[in-house]
Amino acid sequence: MSALNIKKGSTSHSAYELRDPNAPVIESHTLAVVVDNESGVLARVIGLFSGRGYNIESLTVAETDHASHRSRITIVTTGTPQVIEHIKSLLERMVPVHEVHDLTVEGPSVQRELALLKVAGKGEHRIEALRLAEIFRANVVDSTLESFVFEMTGTPVKIDAFADLMRPLGLVEIARTGVAALARGV
Amino acid sequence: MARQMTGAQMVVQALKDQGVEVVFGYPGGAVLPIYDAIFQQNDIRHILVRHEQGAIHMAEGYARSTGKVGVALVTSGPGATNAVTGLTDALLDSIPLVVLSGQVPTFMIGTDGFQEADTVGITRPCTKHNWLVKDTAKLSEVMHQAFHVAKSGRPGPVLIDIPKDVQFATADYTELPAARTAHYQPRTTGDAAQIARMVEMMETAERPLFYTGGGVINSGPRASQLLREFVAETGFPITSTLMGLGSYPASGQNWLGMLGMHGLYEANLAMHGCDLMLNIGARFDDRITGRIPDFSPKSKKVHVDIDPSSINKVIRTDVGIVGDVAEVLTEALRQWRARGSKVNKEGLAKWWAQINEWRAVKCLTYKNSTTVIKPQYALERLEALTKGMDRYITTEVGQHQMWAAQFLGFEDPNRWMTSGGLGTMGYGLPASIGVQIAHPKSLVINVAGEASWLMNMQEMGTAMQFRAPVKQFILNNERLGMVRQWQELLHGERYSQSWSESLPDFVKLAEAFGCKGIKCDNPKDLDDAIMEMIRYDGPVIFDCLVEKHENCFPMIPSGKPHNEMLLGDAETQGVIKAGGAVLV
Repeated sequence: MSALNIKKGSTSHSAYELRDPNAPVIESHTLAVVVDNESGVLARVIGLFSGRGYNIESLTVAETDHASHRSRITIVTTGTPQVIEHIKSLLERMVPVHEVHDLTVEGPSVQRELALLKVAGKGEHRIEALRLAEIFRANVVDSTLESFVFEMTGTPVKIDAFADLMRPLGLVEIARTGVAALARGV
Repeated sequence: MARQMTGAQMVVQALKDQGVEVVFGYPGGAVLPIYDAIFQQNDIRHILVRHEQGAIHMAEGYARSTGKVGVALVTSGPGATNAVTGLTDALLDSIPLVVLSGQVPTFMIGTDGFQEADTVGITRPCTKHNWLVKDTAKLSEVMHQAFHVAKSGRPGPVLIDIPKDVQFATADYTELPAARTAHYQPRTTGDAAQIARMVEMMETAERPLFYTGGGVINSGPRASQLLREFVAETGFPITSTLMGLGSYPASGQNWLGMLGMHGLYEANLAMHGCDLMLNIGARFDDRITGRIPDFSPKSKKVHVDIDPSSINKVIRTDVGIVGDVAEVLTEALRQWRARGSKVNKEGLAKWWAQINEWRAVKCLTYKNSTTVIKPQYALERLEALTKGMDRYITTEVGQHQMWAAQFLGFEDPNRWMTSGGLGTMGYGLPASIGVQIAHPKSLVINVAGEASWLMNMQEMGTAMQFRAPVKQFILNNERLGMVRQWQELLHGERYSQSWSESLPDFVKLAEAFGCKGIKCDNPKDLDDAIMEMIRYDGPVIFDCLVEKHENCFPMIPSGKPHNEMLLGDAETQGVIKAGGAVLV
């Protein structure tokens, strides 16, 4: 008997509907977070997302200021405006976090991702792959008689487009860095 | 001319410099150097607990009753994992703690050494911040930073994990003034323009209401004082969450009682019907809001909170003010008075007339008995017999906790210690010891249920050893009362595993610990028995046998709005729909 009529998968429900069912549109935001480069800081940031059920679409992290031990974490996340605001204020209150910038709302920004794509093939496919790589300004960084490794930099959309084209031409493997982003201007 | 000392000595020195008087802890292999340093001094008192969870709850009780930072010391591995529940409890209730844990030596970290656990990994989500200190030279500064973080902004627990070799090694001690804390400085002053909006709304509101929480208490006694002035001068009604009881006196004219799932009828209906909600230091917890889309639909909402992430988290607010309650209230009062202390008198008079109608329902009425002690009656008598005394109350979690919140009156802040956010059974007994250590001459009573109490009853040993005359007032219904109540309302009266079988004889248990046991099962004997408990100079376990099937009302059923609450005599079967049953 299923008197409670609990839907499958609904057991992870929290106490009450925290999110408005008529929620406004889901938005994608790019956040730049400047943190102390100390052990565990990445786990702290990621744990904030996983612990509260928020999404990480892309994550990039590296030390950007060696002298002051600062790292920059670039996160692409999605959610309703309310969720995005909540994520930002949760990040801001963390002890090792120095700055949080929402590049999506703070003005125009440049966003770039680096990808390495291994494409294997012979004959016409191989020539076509090379021709397309030229159009997309991808560089060949490794080559055998039967394969190329292309390196390309661009927006995630551009990389997606290139990967889609490479798929029928013998795409074997792809590695992507995730997005790095900076606000335009000074 | 920096002072050179070992890491262990640094720990003790930093505690002294921070003004710490008491540490609650339990020794073990990985903290032996610190215990050695504690042995060789007389400034800091160490309270030896019986289980590390007890140490954290004692530190919480100490912190909540004094407004200071509570300190606990545990060993590596199991010592640290036993502390996790207490840390989470303190995180959810915003209690400032510094917890020190031992760790295996740095060169053994990651080898699955004896009593090794990834303590900073495990406690990362249940602390405000934590540190693994791998270099003695950094230890003293981290100690000072830890106290700063624990008490700044929204308070919370922090943990420092200290490997054993770091405790042994020697380095320069960083004096307190030299410790860098500048980076973490949460905003405490509210935005004056936002406060002005709040004040303007207060001048015209027809049905205003103060809804206050633990933030008022955490802000310090001045916040409570300012709140009282504001309420007295505006004449607005005021309700509070479980966490905020005592910031406004229960005897105050404008007091509506606690709100929320088991809050008072008048408080919840005022929340539902108000046109201006002034949330001061509360966080729209789900025990308060009920069904979100139906939560106080007609009101403008002002939210004062020191944590920006609390604002607009659950409920959309019209005016959000990030700041410390005392600072915001100071500015709000200043502005409001400067503008002529205006309120909408006509609207307010109608509003009070409406509230008084709700009050007339007398929602806490229960059917008393001459043969069985009703739990509500027991608390009414406890209240009557201890009122006016220098009294502190702690509780466990469940029905007794809600009845205590309903039937006991708190006149001052820091007098009421209860596990609000996490709902930790086993909190009350150790918390009462922590309170008693801080206030040795005061009357400290833990209002308990027998099931919760058993969860940390080993701490009676601590109470005995350190002569903490805590009174354990156990409302014994031989049931997990709140679980039983939900099973009655939600699960077709199938009482799955919710009775307390094979209970100990509490009087004999008291004797076994060397303290006093009192048993009472007759309403006629209750007053004398309570007086005997109060008068006894030492810990008491009071076994108060109460009605076994009493339910706690009023109750807002899961998934229901405030205006659909159940009162005592209501027909309760089937009121909670299937959709509500999935909620907790």
